[in-house]
Amino acid sequence: MSKTFTPSIATPAVITANDLRMGHCVWMRDGGWTADPREAQLFEDEAIAEIAMLDAIGQANLVVGPYLAEARRGPDGRPEPTHFREAFRRRGPSNYFHGIQAELEASNV
Amino acid sequence: MFDARPQHNEYLRHRAQQFRSQVARRLDGSLTEDEFKPLRLMNGVYLQLHAYMLRVAIPYGTISPDQMRTLALLAEKWDKGYGHWTTRQNIQYNWPKLVDIPDMLDALADVGLHAIQTSGNTIRNVTTDAYAGAAADEVVDPRPYAELLRAWSTDHAEFQFLPRKFKIAISGGEKDRAVIAAHDIGLRLRRNEAGELGFQVWIGGGLGRTPILGQVVREFLPEADLLPYVEAIISAYNLAGRRDNKYKARIKITVAERGLDVMRDEIEAEFLNRRAVFTGVDQDMVAEFRAVYAAPAFRNETDGDYEERRAASVGFRSWTDTNLSTHKAPGYASVMVTFKAPGQTPGDASADQMRLLADLAERYGHADLRISHDQNVVLPHVHKSDLFALYSELKAAGLATANAGLVSDIVACPGMDYCALATARSIPIAQEIADHFRARDIEDEIGKIDIRISGCINACGHHHLGHIGILGLDRAGVENYQITLGGDGYDIPAIGQRPGAGFPAEEVVPAIDRIINTYLDLRDSAEERFIDAYRRVGAAPFKAALYPVNA
Ligand code: HEM
Ligand code: SF4
Repeated sequence: MSKTFTPSIATPAVITANDLRMGHCVWMRDGGWTADPREAQLFEDEAIAEIAMLDAIGQANLVVGPYLAEARRGPDGRPEPTHFREAFRRRGPSNYFHGIQAELEASNV
Repeated sequence: MFDARPQHNEYLRHRAQQFRSQVARRLDGSLTEDEFKPLRLMNGVYLQLHAYMLRVAIPYGTISPDQMRTLALLAEKWDKGYGHWTTRQNIQYNWPKLVDIPDMLDALADVGLHAIQTSGNTIRNVTTDAYAGAAADEVVDPRPYAELLRAWSTDHAEFQFLPRKFKIAISGGEKDRAVIAAHDIGLRLRRNEAGELGFQVWIGGGLGRTPILGQVVREFLPEADLLPYVEAIISAYNLAGRRDNKYKARIKITVAERGLDVMRDEIEAEFLNRRAVFTGVDQDMVAEFRAVYAAPAFRNETDGDYEERRAASVGFRSWTDTNLSTHKAPGYASVMVTFKAPGQTPGDASADQMRLLADLAERYGHADLRISHDQNVVLPHVHKSDLFALYSELKAAGLATANAGLVSDIVACPGMDYCALATARSIPIAQEIADHFRARDIEDEIGKIDIRISGCINACGHHHLGHIGILGLDRAGVENYQITLGGDGYDIPAIGQRPGAGFPAEEVVPAIDRIINTYLDLRDSAEERFIDAYRRVGAAPFKAALYPVNA
């Protein structure tokens, strides 16, 4: 889903991709990548998002298929997905608790 | 004739080694993703929503116990302990790491399996009847021909860059159990009036965005002409098929746009050229494959205590009533093991279940296993005297669900729980429907019915062929489900029709419930299946139940 739209204060966005080696979903944070979507950087400015996208595309040795995904600022200021597809990407499949989310949770205990 | 039979394991190891080097070059930056993607797709490697996916071909669904154990090994060692049967007699692994896939391909090569041509615009895994070599109504076992087509099509240089993917199905029974009308080429074995063996040849079928049933391009093709004729069809398509638009690149569109007669003329002309250069090696190969697929030495024994066991155990009786098919050998039955137990993801098989089936096939099933296109596994040859023992072992492993062909035996694609192309989920919908009708305890009363679900228009779950089909869509950022009625992949191939608007996720189960209640009310007897009742009365009563005016 490489929907192109312009991030702004009204329609903020995160940059997301898949990890090249492992395949799991990752989100951009401080120019690097995190598997925790709550830590993703929220872009509310077109020019900054554009530069960050170029940076993401340049990291093809780490990630596959980066794109801007619409998000919103949650009550705690952290990004939340606006579309169900992005919600599933951060949550993992609904039939098993599998994937990076499960691994993160296990490592937090 | 080019012979690249994938059971030549050295060749498969060479291919795995090649991919290993391609992965290494992708990781060290000497290949870009754009350069790498076609190479990984040539090895059945997709990138999905949460992980990579590896699709392994199970040639015409026939698999040996040792191959099954290798599938279990892959699930356990490099995945999360399970694999997923598809509707095209493949298995998909949902969680491999890119760096591990060359090892997985090596392990497959050890037993003659591979992922070649499970993706890309080439001839895909040839599919056939899961009951091949066993069914009572069989004209002849289609597998020697399926094997010929596989040997010929694997790495066939001319057909590596077709306009689009290409699917061939072949059926050997009086009844079609390979859904030949939904394939690019469908082949139906039959005898002519003189008793000679040949094929009825269908072309131009396919589901996806534009579902179209195939048409008969040749009523009777002598069996010896199979390869030159199939070559002629694919060659004609390779030339005429559209390459300007991905969605119009399938042979179904070529046939629809140019007309069957034009295609037939081109195919027949090309066929004459091609047949002239065939040397007969192909016929030697069929003879060889016929020996490989000779019927096992069927035992000539009594049924033992089969009938007494049936009388004594309600569970066993219900399972034999529902999950067995008539075998051509006296004293035998074919067993459908469904992967649709309560709570299960349709088609998911754990490593333990795969290993158990491998053992059971050796003990009770002449070491033969089949993956069916409804995401189940068939033990084609089981003697009746062994059925109770088999049932008991399956039951202990949770694999004796007596629901083959019933309302909870739902075919579902991975949908948005895994698939990057999906527009909605399909797995939870399938699970909710199955749970609902189990809770109502009316599965047996409803009888045979085909429910099929896809998470997008690509139709991997074959929803067009469901008596009740469900298609997941995205309506303004919300999951929405379109229902179709009257599809059929078996007796009388038909594409399901859409009675009206789609439903939000939480209204799908109530909608299906209304359809089923309507059927139960209007069927003329308990023997009249849903699809037969639908054909008799038409869509109107179901439409009225789905969309009550005052709702
Ligand atoms: C999750 C990974 C999968 C991907 C990325 C994928 C991709 C696709 C695509 C792109 C199409 C459309 C083809 C067209 O336009 O003709 C398609 C069709 C199809 N796929 Fe899949 N698929 C996946 C999983 C499956 C599974 C799990 C099954 C079986 C349950 C399956 C079986 C089929 C079948 C039978 C079709 C019908 C096409 C036809 O008849 O024309 N695929 N798939
Ligand atoms: S039908 Fe769509 S959602 Fe389902 S597996 Fe195929 S491509 Fe994915």
